[in-house]
Amino acid sequence: MNETVISAKNLSLTFQTNDGPVHALKDINLDINKGDFVSFIGPSGCGKTTFLRCMADLEAPTGGSITVNGMSAAEARMKRAYGYVFQAAGLYPWRTIGGNIRLPLEIMGYDKAEQAKRVANVLELVELAGFEKKFPWQLSGGMQQRASIARALAFDADILLMDEPFGALDEIVRDHLNEQLLKLWARTEKTIGFVTHSIPEAVFLSTRIVVMSPRPGRIADVIESTLPRDRTLDIRESQEFIDIAHRVREGLRAGHAYD
Amino acid sequence: MTKLWHTAGPVLSILLVLALLWYGAAIALNAAWAKDKASRIDKTLSFSELVADTMSQEKPLLPAPHQVVKEIYETTVLKKITSKRSLVWHSWITLSATLLGFAFGTVLGVLLAVGIVYSRAMDMSVMPWVITSQTIPILAVAPMIIVVLNAVGVSGLLPKAFISMYLSFFPVVVGMVKGLRAPDQMQLDQMRTWSAPKATSFWKLRLPSSMPYLFASLKIGIAASLVGAIVGELPTGAVAGLGARLLAGSYYGQTIQIWSALICAAVLAASLVALIGMIERITLRRMGMVQ
Repeated sequence: MNETVISAKNLSLTFQTNDGPVHALKDINLDINKGDFVSFIGPSGCGKTTFLRCMADLEAPTGGSITVNGMSAAEARMKRAYGYVFQAAGLYPWRTIGGNIRLPLEIMGYDKAEQAKRVANVLELVELAGFEKKFPWQLSGGMQQRASIARALAFDADILLMDEPFGALDEIVRDHLNEQLLKLWARTEKTIGFVTHSIPEAVFLSTRIVVMSPRPGRIADVIESTLPRDRTLDIRESQEFIDIAHRVREGLRAGHAYD
Repeated sequence: MTKLWHTAGPVLSILLVLALLWYGAAIALNAAWAKDKASRIDKTLSFSELVADTMSQEKPLLPAPHQVVKEIYETTVLKKITSKRSLVWHSWITLSATLLGFAFGTVLGVLLAVGIVYSRAMDMSVMPWVITSQTIPILAVAPMIIVVLNAVGVSGLLPKAFISMYLSFFPVVVGMVKGLRAPDQMQLDQMRTWSAPKATSFWKLRLPSSMPYLFASLKIGIAASLVGAIVGELPTGAVAGLGARLLAGSYYGQTIQIWSALICAAVLAASLVALIGMIERITLRRMGMVQ
């Protein structure tokens, strides 16, 4: 199971702005193994989203290298190696839920029968069966975000990159979706990269937690979770959970995240 | 019934107020000529005689509403539509140029907008020219277009349609540039994560996103198109069309004819805008973009 899927070596990214260069990422080294659930946590400006966008070839690094499935990030994007879930659901208002999920499949040239099969399959996976013909405005925010996850799962990508997908949702919906996401991860055996700024969310979901700190964006600590892969929300009351959360907090403090 | 009154009531009240104002203005403006006529035959008019005269002059400064209505009735319902005195015939002449020019303008506007959105060179260079084109008074350009096109053997419908196009492509360019740029960075990034070709993100994302903007532009465009067609009829020597009726009316002081042509043009414009509005509602509802 220790096959490396994503590997960053001395990865740096400097934005040139009018106020001088901004070091969004500096000398990042990280390997993500197949089947891992890796969370990136840190304060605003620590580069966690930028790092995820580098994996997705949405940003071009200015130094170092990053490989995805053994290829460059650009090649991996061309081969559609990953599904990407953004902070907002970003569903097209003129397409039904089914139509939205079908969109990447249409672009990738799956035939009609295969499209229908996959749409039904992923809708069931995110517990939205029966909502295929509804338009996005007929769904709640949490349901829309589930639909957007279904859209990222619909095609054959082993990697799922999620950029604060539940950031805009209330805590109750968020808890529910976190639990669903874990089940989904267990069923699909995907490798997941997950950006968040919620400590409980990061600890609850992850097998590894990457704590990042800002100016310049760098990795402050990498915490291997000792929690079992199969978890329920109750685990958040266990001492083990509290200990890991404490270590994340320590990491953030060491990286001056609270300054 | 009460519901009908709630929608029709305010509209009818405003119409009534406008009609009263119009009658008042007609009496005030036409009184001088009525008194002038009377004084020439040494007669003083009573108030009711004065009012009656101002309502029935042949060439009043401001015709009374019923005179205009009567003129419109006589030149639409009572005339054969093939007659050169039929307002329906003249309206059709103007309408055909309007629709052709509107079609040209829409196509040109959309093509320019696509170019501006996709080509940096066009983005930097085309827009200033588009804006400049609209700062030149159309009345100054129209005769030149007619004369130049006539010199190369193009006459009739096409020159007028070109003038309509000249006015109607502008709102379409502006609206469509905005519309095609409506998708946010996240939606464009999303297309990138699926490594979608440019053409795909145009057809599946940018074009559908632009529809509400397009329809808003089309409503302005078709009204501008009608103005263009009427202006295009003025320098052709007043042969046919609503513009010709306006010009002929002003040559011979036929104010009733001018006003009936004006009202006809207004009704035509309102109908065209309403028609676009109807197509907009149907299209957006089918797309699921209105609830």
